[in-house]
Amino acid sequence: MVVSVVISFFMGTTGAVSDAIISGGKASIDLLITMLSMMCLWNGIMKIAEFGGITSILSRIFAPVLNKLFPNYKHDIETSSAICSNVTANLLGLGNAATPLGIEAMKRMQKANPQKDTANNSMIMFVVLNTASIQLVPTTIAILRDKAGAVSPMDIVPCVWISSLFALLVGITITRLLEKGG
Amino acid sequence: MNNIGAFVLPIAIGIIVLFGILKRVPVFDVFLQGAREGILSTYRIAPSIVGLVVAVSMLNASGAFQLLGNAISPVADFLGFPTQVLPLMLLRPVSGSGSLAVLNDILTSNGADSFAGRVAAVMMGSTETTFYAIAVYYGAIGIKKIRHTVAAALCADFAGAVMAVLTVRLFFS
Repeated sequence: MVVSVVISFFMGTTGAVSDAIISGGKASIDLLITMLSMMCLWNGIMKIAEFGGITSILSRIFAPVLNKLFPNYKHDIETSSAICSNVTANLLGLGNAATPLGIEAMKRMQKANPQKDTANNSMIMFVVLNTASIQLVPTTIAILRDKAGAVSPMDIVPCVWISSLFALLVGITITRLLEKGG
Repeated sequence: MNNIGAFVLPIAIGIIVLFGILKRVPVFDVFLQGAREGILSTYRIAPSIVGLVVAVSMLNASGAFQLLGNAISPVADFLGFPTQVLPLMLLRPVSGSGSLAVLNDILTSNGADSFAGRVAAVMMGSTETTFYAIAVYYGAIGIKKIRHTVAAALCADFAGAVMAVLTVRLFFS
């Protein structure tokens, strides 16, 4: 904010900045109201998914892939199921649920970690997976696009899938390469 | 190809609810429970959204983003990035609600169906708040030496950003 004020003096845009303070406040409330309705709806739907067992079906599907990425924990059922639930929650866009599950998985991995202050390979792979996770239904983004007048707010979904899958593959590959290097 | 996206949400909701009914889940009660959590989490992020949206619109009105954009635009042009998306790309790994505010700004000023608007949305959807995730996960278990985590995660973010430009160009022009 300070930066904006200083720059505005140099650029001669102080009037515009002053308008922006007022209109920005109004814009933020508009944004929150639109978000509120969709957050309600989507969280409700996802609760149904959780209770109906869709979440656990998905995690069974991912188990073989995850076992390849985390070979050290293949036989450690508690750790691998924590990893599985975190990945599934990310996929479904349950950010709030994904973080606690992820922390649980990290704690389990730390138990078997010989150097307590240093991240082991599985931990790094896990964090990279979380920073490049795929979201099947990017709700928040669709809400914002809808609000900005998009004809079909979800039409970007295939692009999101391809881009995030690519980002994920690059992340995994680079993690593997760096593992061997150091 | 454009229309596939329009079917994703209705189909996903349909399958989920149908599955819930088949499994004899008390669908509406469970829905209410989740919806309540939705309100709470919106409430929790409300103060930071208000602060950040105001800050971003001030920055934008002051011309700071134009300055920054002008500075990097030669490189961006070379890679085919729309200049308007650069602030988002820089902020995305650092702040989730901050980049949400920037995305909102790009969408309203360029139009949701513009090239820049689409690229920004795809970029937002295909990357994560990298530094936040790293801080939370390692912080929770007291790890200090994180070795190649940052390098790998940022490479993934950059790859996602490049693919966002490529796929939007491929599907929408």
